[in-house]
Amino acid sequence: MFAIVRERIDLERISEATRNASCGAVTAFAGIVRAQADDGRPVIGLSYEAYDLMAIRTFEEIADEARATFGPCEISIVHRVGDLDVGEIAVAVVVASAHRAAAFDACEYAIDAVKARAPIWKRERYADGEEFWKDNACGQGTPAP
Amino acid sequence: MQIRVLAFARVRELLGDGELTFDLPEGATIGDVWQAAVDRNGALGALAESTRIARNGRIVNDSLESVREKDEIALLPPVGGG
Repeated sequence: MFAIVRERIDLERISEATRNASCGAVTAFAGIVRAQADDGRPVIGLSYEAYDLMAIRTFEEIADEARATFGPCEISIVHRVGDLDVGEIAVAVVVASAHRAAAFDACEYAIDAVKARAPIWKRERYADGEEFWKDNACGQGTPAP
Repeated sequence: MQIRVLAFARVRELLGDGELTFDLPEGATIGDVWQAAVDRNGALGALAESTRIARNGRIVNDSLESVREKDEIALLPPVGGG
């Protein structure tokens, strides 16, 4: 399952949709909105946007790479867009495989690649009303108007 | 020719819209699309180094690559997913 969604992410449902009877291991990663920015500044929420078509294609490419590297496995990548509150899931990566090593390794590979490459953007909303675009490469914010 | 341009995040805000149509001459390149964007808001010029450009969902690394009518060009600032 590869998707950009606007509604709440249900990790258990994605896990059930990903695994099958030949999978003895499932790993699930959830990226969750934190109450503090990296510099400790209080965050009230995040707003995400995506280039859906390219993001889903990127998810598919990442899954292909993970399978080529770590062996056969089932992979789901789902990212939410829109306004998220603290504590909500922004991204889910679920990997199901015969044994645990591939599931752990492919899951870590996939979330790292999603953060580095997928055309998705994040705007941090702070308690004092300011908002910043935050990118993953340099971690620096760009003031939003 | 009419080129459909999608803009995201900071670039979208500077252009005032996430979906625009640029009227460019036949033979226009990816670089010409970017220049047309900068012509709309000069503040984009400062983002030239960090903004990547996709043509029909694929990153283009050559600014001399031609664009065609009906292409979908996307202006992509540094990503921040996850």
